[in-house]
Amino acid sequence: MGEVGPLKLKEVQAILNAEVFTGMDKLELEVEAGFASDLMSDVLAFASCRILLLTGLTNPHVIHTATMIDAAAIVFVRGKRPDKSLIQAAREVGLPLLGTRFLMYDSCGRLFQAGLKGCSGDDR
Amino acid sequence: MPSLKLSFPVRARDFLAGGNGAAHIRQVLQQVGFPPEIIRRAAIAAYEAEMNIIIHSYGGELKAHITPGAITITAVDDGPGIPDIELAMQEGYSTAPREIQEMGFGAGMGLPNIRRCADELEIKSGAGQGTTVNIIIYNR
Repeated sequence: MGEVGPLKLKEVQAILNAEVFTGMDKLELEVEAGFASDLMSDVLAFASCRILLLTGLTNPHVIHTATMIDAAAIVFVRGKRPDKSLIQAAREVGLPLLGTRFLMYDSCGRLFQAGLKGCSGDDR
Repeated sequence: MPSLKLSFPVRARDFLAGGNGAAHIRQVLQQVGFPPEIIRRAAIAAYEAEMNIIIHSYGGELKAHITPGAITITAVDDGPGIPDIELAMQEGYSTAPREIQEMGFGAGMGLPNIRRCADELEIKSGAGQGTTVNIIIYNR
């Protein structure tokens, strides 16, 4: 287990062997916690602080949702790829987009193991 | 800060545009300088209200009235109305079609999410009528 604390995006990138779709210049940015869901209403309801959002959805609502809650970045899991318009929309609001081939559970497990906490409160 | 009034038309089933009105409201609140937590609550409530118009109504309007002391968000639509508001307020109760659920919405969290963000919430509706959702978030 790594030390509990924020992770830099470049650490996230390394842990998930991730591709960066946009936000290459923001990899020094820190994420405070992780939140994983394919249900955007749950993201809106339960995510708090500067989170890393992990999702398998690649529609415009993912960008909107991340913006509304001030998420730090998005990781698309399961090898899902955003299309050009999505990448452009994220670029416009300065939201980094990453993608990993790992499945949702595996992605979360790796990040948790590296010390990135969740949004459930005191969860370790 | 003077009081500001914003208004956005919302078309039924226009999923791609969904969230644009709420995003605009959020941007204005940031420019005016509201605290981040107030902006977050207002943005989430506006977004869910906008999605509700898109998913459930025949079209309507998302409005915001911004004063230094409070943000009032009003979502007005033309029919078909909510027959049982109490039921619609329950987490997990949904009448949204499957295609909406595939977009990450329609899981019965919309109105409960709005209630969670709002200091005051009033819903006027009925079967066969339009729906008006009035949300007040105080800046305190």
